[in-house]
Amino acid sequence: MSARAATAALLAAALVYPLLFFGDGAWLVRSNYAIDVGMLALFAAFLGQSWNVAGGFAGLTSFGHVLFFGTGAYCSTILHVGHGVNPWFGWVAATTAGAALGAAVGHLTFRVGLRGSYFALITLAFAETFRVLANSVGFTRGGLGILIPLDQRAAALQFHDPIWFYYLALALCASGLAIAWWLTRSRFGTYLAAIRENEDAARALGIDVVRQKVRCLALSGAMAAAGGTFYAQKYLYIDPSIAFGVDRSVEMLLVAMIGGAGTVFGPLVGAGAVVALGEATRALSDARGLGLILYGLLLVAIVGFLPNGLVGLVRAARRDA
Amino acid sequence: MLEARGVTKSFGGLLALDGATLTVSDGAIVALIGPNGAGKTTLFATLAGFLEPDSGTIGFAGGDVTGLPPHAIAERGMVRTFQITQPFARLSVLENVVVGAYLRTPHRGEAMERAAAVARRLGLGDRLNATAASLTVAGRKRLELARALATRPKLLLLDEVMAGLNPTEIGEIVAIVRRIRDDGVTIFLIEHVMQAVMSLAERVHVIAGGRIIAEGTPAAIASDAAVVEAYLGRGAARRMLHA
Ligand SMILES: Nc1ncnc2c1ncn2[C@@H]1O[C@H](COP(=O)(O)OP(=O)(O)OP(=O)(O)O)[C@@H](O)[C@H]1O
Ligand SMILES: [Mg+2]
Repeated sequence: MSARAATAALLAAALVYPLLFFGDGAWLVRSNYAIDVGMLALFAAFLGQSWNVAGGFAGLTSFGHVLFFGTGAYCSTILHVGHGVNPWFGWVAATTAGAALGAAVGHLTFRVGLRGSYFALITLAFAETFRVLANSVGFTRGGLGILIPLDQRAAALQFHDPIWFYYLALALCASGLAIAWWLTRSRFGTYLAAIRENEDAARALGIDVVRQKVRCLALSGAMAAAGGTFYAQKYLYIDPSIAFGVDRSVEMLLVAMIGGAGTVFGPLVGAGAVVALGEATRALSDARGLGLILYGLLLVAIVGFLPNGLVGLVRAARRDA
Repeated sequence: MLEARGVTKSFGGLLALDGATLTVSDGAIVALIGPNGAGKTTLFATLAGFLEPDSGTIGFAGGDVTGLPPHAIAERGMVRTFQITQPFARLSVLENVVVGAYLRTPHRGEAMERAAAVARRLGLGDRLNATAASLTVAGRKRLELARALATRPKLLLLDEVMAGLNPTEIGEIVAIVRRIRDDGVTIFLIEHVMQAVMSLAERVHVIAGGRIIAEGTPAAIASDAAVVEAYLGRGAARRMLHA
């Protein structure tokens, strides 16, 4: 099967999937749970893709990507709840804020030459700082968090039926894939790969390394922030640890690494694996730590044995075939 | 094309460049020779914007490029290669060269076409889809050259592109470099392989201890026995003459 045909088949399957479970006319069995699991996988894939744009394609390994997610979630929610701004506009504002924050963090860190593990730690520090700030300043309502009033109309970016959030997540995931695909086909994406592989060589060939990295982090930040608004509108509640919790940073990174960092479909594959694993461990046991331990083991296994993730494994198998 | 005046650069207490002054004229092939640690690579890195000189000026293509960042200097047409090759290891040979080609066109198709043409010209045609990491030393040297050439430079700074190659490979690179020049690219090269210097270069600058201590035609430099003996070690003059 060609890559194009496989992509079309995948898209068709994703479009049809919720119809198996939706409403009285469900083709298979009525199950909002099944639709939500699908939605979670697509959403995790999108957030993983946001990490992948920076960490996978450009080698900007971040440990604190939740920084952008939380900023987006708070941005649209505060605009909506505090200032009556329609969440659709809030979504645009949140995405813009994510881009601006990405550019700002990029400026601060890349201009002074921080990279590698220093960059990873800086992003982690930023995310933690934002979490602490969200806990203490007034306009986020601190640790109480913010409830979004129920208003289940599409115009208010809320939906009664979970199937619409599913399709919204699918749209996000598809746009993430499109962005990743574009990175494999454009000058910008090639420059990011060059920077990831060898910064000195990139500079020698005329690449403004700092500028391209800043642009990359802005793009990645915009995506994660868009994910933040989606989350807030789906669950109608955010607080500092939901918005800026380190576990979500880890999940974004894991999803991309397990699937294959720097590949177009890696985050989607990784999200499928992580969500399936999460649901399975939850079914097996209520122990809260179990999932995290499994994630940890999985990550060690991936880093140790599958540097190119599951996608890399498939590719290697194809080459051997 | 290039004019460096009084370029000085020190690393802590070590004076790596000590008022280096030289010119490279349009369309020439000029060599820079000198003993290990003389400051050759440091000079190239400074010219190309990788190091900021402590003092001195660098003029290139009619403008002052002193203190400009490397990408701005590359954009203006001065591009260096690295003595220790710096491939984009996990990218294919073609993608490596495409990075260079993108400096002059944002279009992928055009960049790919130009890159493939340059790579073929440098004898990398049958390795286009191999990863750069899989190349031999000779292949990597060619890749350095191909990438730089794909940026359509006015001036190429080649840092020991022949080091570690066998005589056949050296002969091939010599021919390639000459053809690049004939296409209108000025060449400034660091080389320890004297046979190549003698056959390629029209002018030679000798650097030692960070200072340019002699300048002239290869023949004149080779017969400047005092200079050569003093700075390249005993027997060097004889070796050059017989190269
Ligand atoms: N980044 C650096 N920091 C400190 N010292 C340096 C640095 N780069 C070069 N040097 C020192 O500066 C001097 C000149 O080095 P350079 O690499 O320019 O010599 P070279 O002429 O290219 O030698 P070779 O023929 O071995 O390549 C050497 O003594 C070297 O150790
Ligand atoms: Mg050197």
